[in-house]
Amino acid sequence: MSKLFDKSGPLARTSPWLFLAAAALLLVGCERPPVDAVQIGYRGVAMGQVVNPRIAQAEAARHVSPAPLPAVPADGPRASEVFKNVQVLGNLGAGEFTRTMAAITAWVAPQQGCAYCHAAGEDLSSDTLYTKVVARKMLQMTQQINAGWKAHVADTGVTCYTCHRGQPVPAAIWFAPEPSVQAARMTGDKRGQNTPSATVAMASLPSDPFSPYLEQDTAIRVTGLQALPGEPGATIAATESTWGLMMHMSQSLGVNCTYCHNSRAFNDWSQSTPQRMKAWHGIRMARQLNVEHMKPLTDTFPAARKGPTGDVAKISCGTCHQGANKPLMGASLLKAHPELGGTMVAAAAPEAAAPEAAAAASAPAQ
Amino acid sequence: MAEYQNLFTRVQVAAPSYPGIPVTGGGSGKRDGTPAHIHLLGRLGDAQLGPIHLGWVGIASILCFLTAFEIIGLNMLASVNWDPIQFVRQLPWLALEPPKPEYGLAIPPLNEGGWWLMAGFFLTASILLWWLRMYRRARALGMGTHVAWAFAAAIWLYLVLGFIRPLLMGSWSEAVPFGIFPHLDWTAAFSIRYGNLFYNPFHMLSIAFLYGSALLFAMHGATILAVSRFGGEREIEQIVDRGTASERAALFWRWTMGFNATMESIHRWAWWFAVLCPLCGGIGILLTGTVVDNWFLWAVKHGVAPAYPAVFPSGADPAL
Repeated sequence: MSKLFDKSGPLARTSPWLFLAAAALLLVGCERPPVDAVQIGYRGVAMGQVVNPRIAQAEAARHVSPAPLPAVPADGPRASEVFKNVQVLGNLGAGEFTRTMAAITAWVAPQQGCAYCHAAGEDLSSDTLYTKVVARKMLQMTQQINAGWKAHVADTGVTCYTCHRGQPVPAAIWFAPEPSVQAARMTGDKRGQNTPSATVAMASLPSDPFSPYLEQDTAIRVTGLQALPGEPGATIAATESTWGLMMHMSQSLGVNCTYCHNSRAFNDWSQSTPQRMKAWHGIRMARQLNVEHMKPLTDTFPAARKGPTGDVAKISCGTCHQGANKPLMGASLLKAHPELGGTMVAAAAPEAAAPEAAAAASAPAQ
Repeated sequence: MAEYQNLFTRVQVAAPSYPGIPVTGGGSGKRDGTPAHIHLLGRLGDAQLGPIHLGWVGIASILCFLTAFEIIGLNMLASVNWDPIQFVRQLPWLALEPPKPEYGLAIPPLNEGGWWLMAGFFLTASILLWWLRMYRRARALGMGTHVAWAFAAAIWLYLVLGFIRPLLMGSWSEAVPFGIFPHLDWTAAFSIRYGNLFYNPFHMLSIAFLYGSALLFAMHGATILAVSRFGGEREIEQIVDRGTASERAALFWRWTMGFNATMESIHRWAWWFAVLCPLCGGIGILLTGTVVDNWFLWAVKHGVAPAYPAVFPSGADPAL
């Protein structure tokens, strides 16, 4: 023992190297500089976007939009006259309708093909497979986003590919977390936080930023609105929960806080960027889609597609954005597929779309 | 004489163990343990380890600390379902959280903050007993009690964060969790909730004293090391009998910036800067939420926060 601590003992001889090794170890998690910083605010307010060009380059392939299928003439008989059980896109030309089906197959189930939704050996009109029922609901959802949420998606809009990216199940979906076994015991309830969780960028913040804000309508605003105390304001716990949502948005969009906020007064709209307004509508859009489109599908999905508590897969900011501030870097597939734009919603599926169209029209005022 | 320019003490004189001066004043001068000599310790300070005076105050303090430590640690271990591997992997994220907001100042069930209250009680008892021990040991040695009062400044900040401010706010949930990342997240959430702590003037003062302490420490440490070739590290002797080391140190600073501290006063500078850092910080925390709800708006109201020209279009609150 004493030899270990001696003047010429192993510890004394190796300690400089141990210091160096520890210092090197501290740096291994860092990104290699240099990064590109772009100033977006007035000088001195530290508003800027930081991008690591090497990481952005490596990620670029994930954000490439596929080429649209060639357009076909819109004339000829309508899809509803040629095919049976066409509930949403019935007033498309039959050729256009077939083109849309081919595009959906390429966007959502390129490996599985038509049979992913259309049961093999049955008539195309058959609704045997749950995937077909879900696909129809998703078409309506896409139309509602494009027609009713222009405040968030503008004219760029979304298509199936925005979320699916060639996979039947989009990569970034969320489920309600399993309740903690420790919560019912005497010790160790984490209260849904203090776990390294990717949903909040590995912070110790509450790791379900979705259920309270993108399903329920929990108050997001936490900062005091007057200089001096008045009514009791938000708790620190509520603040940490809101912060968790903000980390999710930051991660999903690949941006830092100052993309939307002036960090000297996070809550002040008059100092915030226009992107914050987009995000405000985006939160409400995701909430409405989850409540009005995803949750009603709970019984349609088989158990294997549901979460640990039996809930349906739901949408977050990351479902579309997938790390880009504009999904697919702002490329608009919708322009080549105006049938997904929602203009035909009322004519094609009145019973299903009418209440949603009304909701969509009033949505920005929510 | 390059020895003193190194981070480590390179010359160690091996000497027999020294038990320390006999103490005749108040308090027990008793000390326990057989001293050991460790070379590596000698590189950083004195190579002699022990003997130590523990006493009943020290023992009580250690017992209270261990109780708090066990409550916090076992709650963390329970929170990963008693899995020791996950305990190690997740340790920086784990925490013992204060009571939930709905309990206010009431005593909550153990798993909803009761353990936190207990851990807080024992940790506070341990810290206060350790303060008492510092005070009594200083008295027993016939010293001033400067160390105890400096420690008290830190205890003030600790009590404001975990006890006094939660009492004034009427909720234990306002207090800080016990945990590595969670207490840091608490800090940032606290600033966001109360409109940016950087606009809190006591926070500004606290930062000034914190950075000032580091600056003074660097200046003083460097000055003494630089004149140690003339015996400058014998600072106390140089106070009463100013030698060439003290002369050169004073002249150096008088030349470079006009004003110089003295061998004695530099330690007052250092003590006050260090003490004022948590003292001001504690006042700043105490005012937050109790007297001021949004520090940015407070700073706008009092002409502290400037308005900047708009460089991008910003809209009105969409919820209005």
